[in-house]
Amino acid sequence: MSMTDEKAHETSTDAASQNGDLSGHGDIETPKDGPGGFIILFFIAGLVVSLVVGWGLFPKLLYSQKKQPIAFNHKLHMAEVEHGCESCHYFREDGSFSGIPTLEECMSCHENAIGESDAEGLFMAEYVYKGREVPWYVYARQPDCVFFSHAAHVSMGEMECETCHGDVGESEAPRVYEENRITGYSRDIWGKSIAGLKINSYDRMKMDDCAECHETMTGRRTSVQTQYDACFVCHK
Amino acid sequence: MKIDRRCFLSLGVGAAAGVALSPLPWKLLDDSSIWSQNWPWTPVPKDGAASYVHSTCTLCPGGCGITVKKIGDRAVKIEGKAGHPVNNGGVCIMGLSGLQLLYGPTRVQSPLKRVGERGEGKWKEISWQEAIAEVAGTLQKIRAEGDAHTVAGIMESDRGTVPRLMQRLLTAYGSPNFFRMPSMQDSYEQALYLMQGVRAMPGFDVENADFILSFGSGLIEGWGAPVRMIQANSNWRSTGAHVVQVEPRLSNTAAKSDEWIPVKPGAEAALALGIAHVMIKENRCSGFADQAAFGFDDFVDDEGRTHKGFKQLVLESYSPETVAEVTGIDSRRIVDLARAFAAAKRPIALTGRGRGLTPGSVSDVMAIHALNALAGNINADGGIWAVPEPDYIEWPAPEMDRVAVDGIQKGRIDKAGGSEIPYTQYLLNRFALTAQGKGDYPIKALMVSEANPAYSLPDTRMFQKALDAIPFVVSFSSYMDETALQADLILPNHMYLERYEEVPAPAGYSKPLIGLTRPVIKPLYNTKHVGDTLIGIARQLGGNIAKAFPWTDYESCLRNTISGKWDSLMRKGFWWNAAYKPAPASNGFDTASGKFEFAVTIPRGTDKAGDALLPKYQPIIPEGDIAEFPLLLMPYETMCLSSGYTGSPPFMMKTVPDTVLKGNTGLVEISPETATSLNLDEGDPVMLTTPKGQANLRVHLSDGVPPGILAMPRGLGHRAYDDYMADKGVNINELMGPVEDPVSGLDAAWGIRANLTKA
Repeated sequence: MSMTDEKAHETSTDAASQNGDLSGHGDIETPKDGPGGFIILFFIAGLVVSLVVGWGLFPKLLYSQKKQPIAFNHKLHMAEVEHGCESCHYFREDGSFSGIPTLEECMSCHENAIGESDAEGLFMAEYVYKGREVPWYVYARQPDCVFFSHAAHVSMGEMECETCHGDVGESEAPRVYEENRITGYSRDIWGKSIAGLKINSYDRMKMDDCAECHETMTGRRTSVQTQYDACFVCHK
Repeated sequence: MKIDRRCFLSLGVGAAAGVALSPLPWKLLDDSSIWSQNWPWTPVPKDGAASYVHSTCTLCPGGCGITVKKIGDRAVKIEGKAGHPVNNGGVCIMGLSGLQLLYGPTRVQSPLKRVGERGEGKWKEISWQEAIAEVAGTLQKIRAEGDAHTVAGIMESDRGTVPRLMQRLLTAYGSPNFFRMPSMQDSYEQALYLMQGVRAMPGFDVENADFILSFGSGLIEGWGAPVRMIQANSNWRSTGAHVVQVEPRLSNTAAKSDEWIPVKPGAEAALALGIAHVMIKENRCSGFADQAAFGFDDFVDDEGRTHKGFKQLVLESYSPETVAEVTGIDSRRIVDLARAFAAAKRPIALTGRGRGLTPGSVSDVMAIHALNALAGNINADGGIWAVPEPDYIEWPAPEMDRVAVDGIQKGRIDKAGGSEIPYTQYLLNRFALTAQGKGDYPIKALMVSEANPAYSLPDTRMFQKALDAIPFVVSFSSYMDETALQADLILPNHMYLERYEEVPAPAGYSKPLIGLTRPVIKPLYNTKHVGDTLIGIARQLGGNIAKAFPWTDYESCLRNTISGKWDSLMRKGFWWNAAYKPAPASNGFDTASGKFEFAVTIPRGTDKAGDALLPKYQPIIPEGDIAEFPLLLMPYETMCLSSGYTGSPPFMMKTVPDTVLKGNTGLVEISPETATSLNLDEGDPVMLTTPKGQANLRVHLSDGVPPGILAMPRGLGHRAYDDYMADKGVNINELMGPVEDPVSGLDAAWGIRANLTKA
């Protein structure tokens, strides 16, 4: 018998038993020979396993854990500098934002080792003496399709650093940097909560978060399609 | 109870439900959209502190000031330099695209010696020492054989220290054969010399003109200094100036003008003389023609012969009715145009077809220039100024040894400046013919710098044959262009964003100005400034030649030469004489008569006495038999395409509409009428044939082209460079050849006869 014939046979048997049920000879309620309980069990098993995978395993697989090259202590530095965040993360003369300090900027204080910590030793040996820039991981870097200007938000909009960056200035050691294996961007954009929940303003920095604040602050909803501020404000 | 298929289906459903209730699909969807909008391989400019370098663009003769933005060591953007006299912050698409020439794959990265056949593109990298020794060795050998005069040099310009170093090398070596690439500068300079007695450059005070009568000039399509002209054109809109474009095709300039006069091709000068006729007849000329000009009325020469003056000639031969027939423009319109031109306060008539890439006929330029004289705007506000040649290069003449003197005495191979054509300096259009053994002597070596004659000269096939016949070809190009590809040796120059060089005299600019090109970044590759290369070659040649090059390197040569202006150049990026005004016409002219000469009588500086040369309409007949080639092919120019020394980088190519280039196929514009008669429809593939060659194209129907005319842009069809710049469309120079102007010998071709068949 060929495969096709086998299948045809099975189908006809099924059809026959269904016909039988309809004519009252069989009892579908009977658990004895039906798979009813198993169906529910299997459903629950599938559900549970995939929920565990989706909520538990998936985020672990999606993000790789990376350690910052130097155990940088923001709190310590904040105590030493005069102008808070802007002492190192300053605006240039042309209004553009400097971002993370370059090696040269760090060396304006750390030309020679200050203190005897391991981190200082590593910084000196690997970067200062070798003249290499520190390859910091940037938690808050937005994708390249987004044009974000610190000048517009801080200099003109007079926003506080903490509104978007949280209490990073208080940290004594850098958090683990979680890099999205697909996009290559930081987890901080989506937020720590994989469900996308947010409590603080700095918990999440997706487009909706930008748009929400833009609407409150500027009152503009110039985009007919999205009901947000116009696309080209951020996507040039 | 048993486990069957339904259990597993249920498991699947449960799993699907679970997945749907987890963030997995939504997060993956979001991430993949972020990924696909930010391909990791898309180049993103580095972030960091910006610095700016003020320099000068050299990609066309416009000499715009540029400000290059840098992040770290990387140049990221070219902007127009604010406050620069030529372009005041503006920049054109070519200027913007310069970074693609800097970082693009078309650069020649080290000295190269050919190992395969010419044009095959097989090279061996050699050291600079070897490269210079090889050039010097070959030149030494040619010189020892008594053939010093057979070495030629071609450059885009003949002004500035680098072209002068090349000229100096050739002179001290013993060759008279330096060539400048042809352009409207040739014919304008000659017209100024003949009519005003000055070796000067034409300066157009367009900013102050209130009536612009343009005979085919692409005012907003790259003529003169392109950005300056576009800005002037915008200003004319607010000042209420009237712009008239005389041109057969509805070009962008014509479309943006106040009045378009669709003259018959090649008949522009006839229209100019028709306008002159009306001005003279109706007594609408300024006093200039009577008082400060010679040859307006009939005159008697030194030998007692009576000659007809310009006035008589024009009144007899160029009545509006006669001109209407030649030009196809209604006689009433000619009269109206003449009246409007004469009534304007500061009218200007100018020419140079398209971008002025071909010289055109000197008679034409004289006829059009005569209108300026009739309007009295020579050296006046809003008129045409004779801008003196830059005079900052004051090197002592090189000491010549016996061989050098002998070589120079052999005379130029193109006979420019000789007894037959005494006023023309360079005739590169004759180079191809003469280099093929039709000249007095063969050319044995050719050096090409900052020019791409194998692409840019009309009749590229002929030039190719000439190149084939030259045993030793050296290119100094920064890019693998068509000429470099045919060379035996490439000694690559730094590209303009990597080097110092002064850029004198922007095309058509009315005031003396020198810009400074300076290094924006360190040279990316193993290249060398062509000035240093030339000094190196001269040193190795030894003797008087080495003595003529006393500088340690090019930079010190430039500093010493510029000396007094160096500070201004370094500080501002340019030096200019802002207060410059030409001597008023009332001071007289440097001609034999001391006046502006409508009739050029005794040529000075030569021993040839000739008949009076008057501005006349001498039709230039396009090449080809009318029966075999019933149509006419004419080139046009567009801001979207470079047509000079370098090709169009990808930024530019992207702006070319698909009515000009579709895929890699070029389109030829024809009128719907012509299309109907040839049974062609929009987009049909065609074969275009001219006496010079043939090409596969598609047709684009346009009402802006007169019937019987085929229009094609210059600047397409490169065969060299890189994948991004090559094999797009057809190079019109492969289809057109030069036609000599009887007065000057310059290329005056404005078109060629052609045939179009369905392919």
